[in-house]
Amino acid sequence: MADDGRDESLATDEEDSEPSCEEGASLSTAMVDDGSTLIRRLEICVAEAEKRTGKNAVNMGENYTVYLIETRPMDAVNDGRNPAPDSLWRRYSEFELLRNYLLVTYPCVIVPPLPEKRAEFVWHKLSADNMDPDFVERRRVGLENFLLRVASHPVLSNDKILHHFLTEEHGWKEAVYDTGFQAKADSRLRALSATFRVRNPDKRFVEMKHYSDELQSHTSQLLRARARVADRLYGVYKVHGNYGRVFSEWSAIEREMGDGLQSAGHHMDAFAASIDDILEEEEHYADQLKEYLSYAEALRAVCRKHELTQFELEVCTQDLVTKRQQREELATGMVRTFSLKGVTNKLFGAEAPEQREARLKLLEELICEGQDGVKDKTLECQEQVERGLVDMQRFKEQKDKDLKEALISYALMQVSMCKKGIQVWSNAKECFLKM
Amino acid sequence: MAVQGSAADLSVPVLDLEEDDDLEVFSKNTSVADGSPLPTSPSSMTNQYHLDREDPEESLEQNPEERERDLFITVDNPESQVTAIETFIMYRVLTRTTRGDFDSSEVEVRRRYQEFSWLRSKLEESHPTLIIPPLPEKFVVKGMVERFSEDFIETRKKALHRFLQKLSVHPVLSHSPHLKAFLTAQDLTPHKKQGPGLLSRMGDTMRSMAQSMRGVRGRAEEFSSLQDYTDRFNSTICSVDRVTQRVIREQKEYLDELRQYSPTYSQWAELEEGLSETLKGVARSLDLIGQETEGQVQELSEVLVPVLHEYVLCADTLKMVLRRRDNIQADFEVKNEALATRKVEQETLQEEVDSLADRLEQANVALRADWRHWRSSLRSDIQTSLLSTAERNVQYYEKCLAIWESFLLSQKVDPAQHQNQEPSS
Repeated sequence: MADDGRDESLATDEEDSEPSCEEGASLSTAMVDDGSTLIRRLEICVAEAEKRTGKNAVNMGENYTVYLIETRPMDAVNDGRNPAPDSLWRRYSEFELLRNYLLVTYPCVIVPPLPEKRAEFVWHKLSADNMDPDFVERRRVGLENFLLRVASHPVLSNDKILHHFLTEEHGWKEAVYDTGFQAKADSRLRALSATFRVRNPDKRFVEMKHYSDELQSHTSQLLRARARVADRLYGVYKVHGNYGRVFSEWSAIEREMGDGLQSAGHHMDAFAASIDDILEEEEHYADQLKEYLSYAEALRAVCRKHELTQFELEVCTQDLVTKRQQREELATGMVRTFSLKGVTNKLFGAEAPEQREARLKLLEELICEGQDGVKDKTLECQEQVERGLVDMQRFKEQKDKDLKEALISYALMQVSMCKKGIQVWSNAKECFLKM
Repeated sequence: MAVQGSAADLSVPVLDLEEDDDLEVFSKNTSVADGSPLPTSPSSMTNQYHLDREDPEESLEQNPEERERDLFITVDNPESQVTAIETFIMYRVLTRTTRGDFDSSEVEVRRRYQEFSWLRSKLEESHPTLIIPPLPEKFVVKGMVERFSEDFIETRKKALHRFLQKLSVHPVLSHSPHLKAFLTAQDLTPHKKQGPGLLSRMGDTMRSMAQSMRGVRGRAEEFSSLQDYTDRFNSTICSVDRVTQRVIREQKEYLDELRQYSPTYSQWAELEEGLSETLKGVARSLDLIGQETEGQVQELSEVLVPVLHEYVLCADTLKMVLRRRDNIQADFEVKNEALATRKVEQETLQEEVDSLADRLEQANVALRADWRHWRSSLRSDIQTSLLSTAERNVQYYEKCLAIWESFLLSQKVDPAQHQNQEPSS
């Protein structure tokens, strides 16, 4: 996994440059090494969104949005040939299907999340309507981000279904279902919600699971509080718009002060209007946090998968121990532990030697199977732990980098907002001076 | 001034803010309707014309503040007085003057609100067509304000101070014997007993009301346009006051949410390793922003609100003054008519009519002059307080900018480098 360091930095660079494919391309060309991830071979972007109408499963009319996925071979782009991209349209539900497939097929991978299905942490004037153009635009950005992250993941990017998703519009759904992942999906869901106690879980996974819970809790609290602050800030700015109206009224009855009041009023209107753009930009910050809120869930799932495997291993191992004990008892006649056989032997007399032999033979076979089973399970567990740890490390580095950038961009937004405030009130001050 | 309670439900993700019927707060279209000024009625245009004509004379009347001031009054040191019957607050009124007719150059007395009120009534009686500065309200209608809460007393004290300030620079009122008595007499009781009392004042008001129904014939355009201005000024200044109160309320609610917001960053920081310093930095910055916001709200309340409030009260005074002038004119017109119709008692009637005519002329002259004085004060006060507000807001944003830039520097980011044009970055 030597590509990890570069892959994750590529993913985050891609995330920054979401709106246009060209920028994604230029950052990819900055990557020197020739790695194995898809992103190096294929330039991907989600260029547009369009409304469609159609009939749903129960033959009722519905409105939905489709997103245009454009791909171009990276070498052609690098050569400066600038070919026309291949493109196809996909809806959100298809992205969901792809992700579910990936979740089931790669249980040790922290699968990148999709942008939210429904608008959450909405503040007063922000639309919660899935068809709202601002929401659709942010979703487009989120979907592109998802594809770029998947395509730059060392494991996920090699998946055939992913390739198919990106390059061929038709027959993809059938191909996904053909993999039979649905069956695994159901058992995975059951496993995730099952309760069982693991005796010797790997400490690192326990810590990570705890971390994922905490991360979810903190990010959702932050998002909720931020939405409330946004709401209040909106109120403050918009109320100033009333000064515009009132100063205008006032200027009509004052001769000397009139001009000053009138122009100050215009600045108040501008001030009130400025909050819309400010908060729209902040939504992108919120989206970045929401991504990691969802990532926390994916991280948790990987930890749970480990727990399940570990639990299964413990069950196997315990089963083997029990069987060995039984063999020993049978072989030596010593009853170590209480067993029904022991009781019935005492009551009705021991069994005939042939029966004993048959039973012993059976036990030996089972013990053999059991040993193989434990060996396999141990191997499986070890592999999972290795893979899981690698991906968790990769995730950790990516998260620190991404979130730090997000926080910095938030601060930059605040800087910009303050500068606008200084501007407007300085202008208003000039107007008042002229009164 | 309507009272509005905040009705935000914090337990629900989508906040439901109450909308003030009077104010269009949440319409996205905030541009001035069609950019054109409000339609001007003919009378308002005349109004402006008259104000035009007043201009050359106005320039002769310097801003009173700029003239040589010889009377300086301060109100401070509120102290509570307890008697068997009641508890009330006494304020210290300190006067410094170079005027010859004052016994000493510095006098200190203690006065209660009632006594300020007495002073104002006497001034109104003596100068019915002068615009007497307003007193803070006797009672506070707004909800549960303790009569003796610190804030209430402080606000009242400042308003009383401004009341006496305005009197001290008034060309006519500052020389009133009533004012002098108020400022100097250790015991006001003998002064309070003189002159027409409460009942006659009430009678006066009743008569005025009855007469105002009659209307005034031949009222000069000049005063009609003042009336028109007064009406519109009244509604406008009330609006400005309301908007300001709303701004303060919104700022306070923003501040409350901000205080809940910054801990979410510091709490998260405890979970993280590499990210911890950055998160703490944001938390710290938000805390500092909160402090600045608190200061800014306070300033708004202390500077702009009292001035607006004073002029809201003035609007009532203006109305009363114009009405009184109208009544004086009505008195004259009634007698004048009688003179024309009645043939007997011509001489006595003529005398009466002449004296009423004089009274009317005096009233008109006084009103005109004081109107100019008042408008000059208005302009000065409004400009000063709006300027102060704007300046404070600039300072607020400058401080907030510094806070965030300091955070960015701590993260080794050059704030100037990033041209933040892309929506996603």
